[in-house]
Amino acid sequence: MTERHWEQVYDENAPRDTAFEELALHEKLTETWSQPKGFLGWLMSVDHKSIGRRYIVTAFCHLLMAGMLAMVIRVQLAYPDLQVLDPDLYNQFFTMHGTVMMFLFAVPMVEGVMIYLVPLMIGTRIIAFPRLNAFSYWVYLAGGIMVWVAFFINSGPDAGWFSYVPLAGPEFGAGKRSDIYAQMITFTEVAALAVAVEIIVTVMKFRAPGMTLDRMPILVWASLITAFMIVFSMPAVVVSSTFLILDRLIGTHFYNPAEGGDVLLWQHLYWYFAHPEVYIIFLPSLGLASQVVETFSRRPMFGYRAIVLALIGQGFLSFGLWVHHMFATGLPRLGNSFFAASSMAIAIPSGIVIFCWMATIGTGRVRLGVPMLWIISFFVLFILGGLSGVMLASVPIDLQITDTYVLPSHIHYVLMGGAVCPLIAAAWFWFSKLTGRSLQTSLGVLQWALFLVGAFVSFGAMFLLGISGMTRRVYTYPHNMQWDTLNLVASLGAWAIGLSFLVLLLNIALSLRSRASAPNNPFDAPTLEWSTSSPPAIYNFARIPFVQSRDPLWDERGELPVVSGLRVDTREILVTSAVTADPEMREHAPDPTLWPLIAAIVTSVILVASIYTPQALVWGAPPLAIALVAWLYPKHILAPRPEAVPEEETI
Amino acid sequence: MRKWPAAGLLGTIALGCGCSRNPSVLLDPAGPHAQATGWLFWLFIAVATVVWVIVVGLLLVLMLRSRARGGVVAPPAHPVVSTEGRLRLIVGGSVFATFLILTGLIVASFTVDRDLIALDRQPSLDVELTGHQWWWELRYPGATPGETFTTANELHVPVGETIRLRLRSVDVIHSVWLPNIAGKRDVLPGVDRELVFRVDKAGTWHGRCAEFCGLQHAFMGLTLIADDPQAFKAWQEAQRAPAREPQTDEERFGRDVFVSGPCGLCHVIRGTDAAGHSSSAPDLTHLKSRTTIGAGAAPNTKGYLGGWIVDPHAIKPGVHMPTNLQSPREFQALLSYLETLQ
Repeated sequence: MTERHWEQVYDENAPRDTAFEELALHEKLTETWSQPKGFLGWLMSVDHKSIGRRYIVTAFCHLLMAGMLAMVIRVQLAYPDLQVLDPDLYNQFFTMHGTVMMFLFAVPMVEGVMIYLVPLMIGTRIIAFPRLNAFSYWVYLAGGIMVWVAFFINSGPDAGWFSYVPLAGPEFGAGKRSDIYAQMITFTEVAALAVAVEIIVTVMKFRAPGMTLDRMPILVWASLITAFMIVFSMPAVVVSSTFLILDRLIGTHFYNPAEGGDVLLWQHLYWYFAHPEVYIIFLPSLGLASQVVETFSRRPMFGYRAIVLALIGQGFLSFGLWVHHMFATGLPRLGNSFFAASSMAIAIPSGIVIFCWMATIGTGRVRLGVPMLWIISFFVLFILGGLSGVMLASVPIDLQITDTYVLPSHIHYVLMGGAVCPLIAAAWFWFSKLTGRSLQTSLGVLQWALFLVGAFVSFGAMFLLGISGMTRRVYTYPHNMQWDTLNLVASLGAWAIGLSFLVLLLNIALSLRSRASAPNNPFDAPTLEWSTSSPPAIYNFARIPFVQSRDPLWDERGELPVVSGLRVDTREILVTSAVTADPEMREHAPDPTLWPLIAAIVTSVILVASIYTPQALVWGAPPLAIALVAWLYPKHILAPRPEAVPEEETI
Repeated sequence: MRKWPAAGLLGTIALGCGCSRNPSVLLDPAGPHAQATGWLFWLFIAVATVVWVIVVGLLLVLMLRSRARGGVVAPPAHPVVSTEGRLRLIVGGSVFATFLILTGLIVASFTVDRDLIALDRQPSLDVELTGHQWWWELRYPGATPGETFTTANELHVPVGETIRLRLRSVDVIHSVWLPNIAGKRDVLPGVDRELVFRVDKAGTWHGRCAEFCGLQHAFMGLTLIADDPQAFKAWQEAQRAPAREPQTDEERFGRDVFVSGPCGLCHVIRGTDAAGHSSSAPDLTHLKSRTTIGAGAAPNTKGYLGGWIVDPHAIKPGVHMPTNLQSPREFQALLSYLETLQ
């Protein structure tokens, strides 16, 4: 530990930002905020931009790898009776595809985007609890490595991404595969809960002065709602996956019907989490798309309040539909009717958002950039997904088409259209902010066309396969079922999507090789993050902006008004009130440290080892306690009064 | 749903109806459940197609018109207050229209659901269906033990009667799906469920397991054969009878191989001493009355049956039946005997 010192509470004499010119201020703040140099410094980083970038890059790697699994799956299914994959490997492939896409790509990707963008959009310098943020990333990284290593040594999860018991239970789930699955969920839920708490506190307390709740960008609203949804839905999956591990590891009988357990308990707990999870992915994507629509329509968003209320409505409603995944289990029919109605009702808030966007586009003066093309593909694909979702909400129709290829068609239309399209739009939109470089439009249009056609055709063919009676999760099918042509079409479409991502990779590689530096605000967007340099300085904002409207950069065409008085010799941020964002106090931001990494390593070792022995929890507890104490050990002791500060130790 | 797939959909349906019933096409109904669901499905498809075309078409029109107004990079502008009020009405109206459409759809859905529930009353025939990894055990309970019999993977029912399947699983969750007849019902371990249905058209219908249940989920077929009541009665009588006595020396030797070898440890042939249990492997009393082996994995011919006995994993990898190594003479005799089990 570094030596402890008394900190002055009365610090009138400390240097403030008011005393510096722009350039000197930049130098001083860079010196104060920068992390230690070198690899060790990289490991110590608690900067939300670094952590957010790491999240985004890691999640993108998961997307590419799980996408490659999908390519192989579509090879296996391209013709009847192919034996590219044997049934055992096929089950691991589709389970890994679904699991990695949902838990290690989609959710962490939106978390990474929120971690990177939210502090910039609300005009602050850090995310709340930056060390917890670093910890969450390392835990997420460890969980991802664990599941891929398991897959490469033939221990990949093989019971589907929702891993129904008893197929995943101790009797029928062979080896350690389902333990790996359950523990991977533990890793991601620890990371997600940490990020959710950070986002809630960041949005509620760190907004720039003047940014009332009513002036927050829609993405910030979506992030706040998403964070609350994570907090309320994750405990259900914590419980369900813990029960599964206990059943498998120490012989409890939560899901064992022979001993009074219940196989449907898993489904209720799991879907109570996993339905909101889809909206945890979807709401931030709506937020991202809203920023793009507003900027490219060249007018403030129509129906800002309606959109925010619709997002809140979706957040609430998404917790009341989980049973529509379970209509075929034969639950009481009156209950099914209730969930059918609530499942259809959630189409209304989605409709509100879409109509408000259309009104914004229709009355604006649209500029057709590549991000806007992705908004078009959002409409084309997501609305198909939404409408097939309405079909699945009807109990009689659901009983026919559930568990057929209509389901993969539906979820891919929804998530490719509703999440991947906005994410790629966002990648285009904010790429220059993240990297300081620009992507090539021609390659972008090519990628968009490949993706749109591929997705439309592939998932359309899957829909037709479903109503032709092809059930999902089959490793092959006989020729006489007449599913050959449609499967080949679905495979061709899927490969086109794969190709489109190769084009994206090429585009990113070309742009990273280039030296051209992008302007601060290439699309003339209205929100605060565009007032920073590209990429932003380590301290984000030299002076904290003062916000007077929803679209500050459009309404203040010249210099942004700022607040002053923050210290520059120490990492200081401004804390504001929750609703009106009135300044409340200055606060010291945590310094870079290695302890989150060490705590994450210890946590990961405990979690992986506990797959093999429950003793791991016992032996792992002391090192974890040491790591946490060291992490939280106070470096500064606040003096209550000036005279309490010992004379010789005053700084 | 959408322009191109809607056309493709019609094509698929036409293809399916024209060729045969076995490539199961969901919307070629053979019973009242599938029929009622069928028109509901078409209603949803039609509404969805219209909504999709309108929304996407409108978006493109709005975008192009709005683009023409702006030039390359238009400066951001605040909208005129007077048009915002009108816009609010249009958007509000669209949301209200969405609400009305959804209300109409949910009312239609509830109506069909009520009709389906009404169909489920007063079943006249009970059949017990037990899901196994990866085959179906079917038990037809009778008034006396002698009238009760067990078979596998081929569900025979009389046309026009209301059948109640009592569903049970001894291992993992399965789901029974007869696409042309009725929707799915999960087959759960530890929870008893039922599926009630009626078949109105005589014929052979395809069914399968719909819930992922492990390695051979892909080949867990259930063949539904709907006969007129007379034929069904005859079938029932035939199934109740014990297995046909072997006639030749080779067949008798084959039976001895079955009973004294590994086969009899799991499989039952009623009328022999095979001590297996019909819940651990399919009842083989009338094996050759069925059209497929391995729950639809292969046709029930002598060649496939022989291959299946020697190495079932070559046909259905992961199946719980072990490989069997007999001497050629034993194997030939066993096969000859099994071929007589009409």
